[in-house]
Amino acid sequence: MIIAVASGKGGTGKTTVATSLAAAVPADVFLDCDVEAPDAHLFLRPTLEHRKNVDLLIPEVDLDACTACGICDEVCQFNAIVLLNKNPLVFPVLCHGCGSCTLNCPEGAIREVPRTLGVLESGKAIRDIQFAHGLLNVGEPMAVPAIHQLKAWKSKGDSALEIRDAPPGTSCPVVESIQGADFVLLVTEPTPFGLHDLKLAAQVVQELNLPAGVVVNRDDQGMTSEVDAFCQEQGLPILMRIPLERTIAEGTARGQTLIEIYPTYTERFQTLLDDILRRSQNHSKKDRHRTSEERAV
Amino acid sequence: MKIAITAKSSDHDGAFEPRFGRCAYFIFLDTETQDWHSAANPAGNARGGAGTQAAQFVANQDADAVISGQFGPNAHTALKAAGIEMYRAQSGSVSSIVEAFQSGELKQVASSSGFGGGRGRGRRRR
Repeated sequence: MIIAVASGKGGTGKTTVATSLAAAVPADVFLDCDVEAPDAHLFLRPTLEHRKNVDLLIPEVDLDACTACGICDEVCQFNAIVLLNKNPLVFPVLCHGCGSCTLNCPEGAIREVPRTLGVLESGKAIRDIQFAHGLLNVGEPMAVPAIHQLKAWKSKGDSALEIRDAPPGTSCPVVESIQGADFVLLVTEPTPFGLHDLKLAAQVVQELNLPAGVVVNRDDQGMTSEVDAFCQEQGLPILMRIPLERTIAEGTARGQTLIEIYPTYTERFQTLLDDILRRSQNHSKKDRHRTSEERAV
Repeated sequence: MKIAITAKSSDHDGAFEPRFGRCAYFIFLDTETQDWHSAANPAGNARGGAGTQAAQFVANQDADAVISGQFGPNAHTALKAAGIEMYRAQSGSVSSIVEAFQSGELKQVASSSGFGGGRGRGRRRR
């Protein structure tokens, strides 16, 4: 069972919810997929013992063998290898490492060399959680390969209860973080930005056909009724509400999870997990049903 | 000398576009004959690598110099590799910028503006 915590807008409380849920139930595996700015370790306090580089294979052209035919330039979808003055120029930060140029070079003039994007770290966290996160090098724009390799390295798949803390936004790194999850928990706040980005995040989840629910954090601010109305209209259940409270803000600023701030939250998060398990089962039943219907057509 | 100016429209008197990789049009001008033509930027809506693709386009049009507002790091590297000079302008119409260029008022660009990086203007929002 893999639960991904996402939001759209940053700073809504993804990490607060993800780490508190993980500590409460407790989870077997926790992956901090926000490789641009990981912070879950501040709350789950792992001893990071294992390290692994994130390498991406990028092209290196043997200019003596190159005939400047331009096929590499043509096949690159990211404009990362460009023929200029009859010389193929590689732009490492644009390269997604797909290997198309290497594969298609008729002269065999391209070989792949590793480029290190960052590092993965793992270790035991509080409550014996297997914790892992990725850390991109400063200025590094390629987050997706780091998240992909983080999952490949430490995800145990369905055999364990895994919580993933996704990065903010709705672009490729978020999709990569959510992919393979059984349920997506969308954390929002009742503000114009919170609602605006919740709408975008809900579209991503819908596109991936994943069951989802909402946690409204810092509740009872201006746009609570608008958030409620949107969730109702979309059939998105609101599974938890966390109030806007100074005590909580002070606790999280000290690196505490919600269950350390208020022990009563342990039960709330256990109930949340039960709710998620039930809903993801229902969803997979519905999904199977729909697929068989589609097959009949 | 053939120069390329980044523009918002295909018109010679239209507004200047300060972005290089994602400008809508390039206005190409031959400074000797004053002949000009415009071309849509094929990289304008690229998912990534707009700077390198636009630079290649300009190079394939045999431009000797480009006038724009900002050159990202990849565009800068690519234009430099193609041997194309870069000049920076602020704002105005394309024709007023051409005038400024011809009277030697525009500064040549030595280094990139620092933005870019292949993900469009989609800076991460937290």
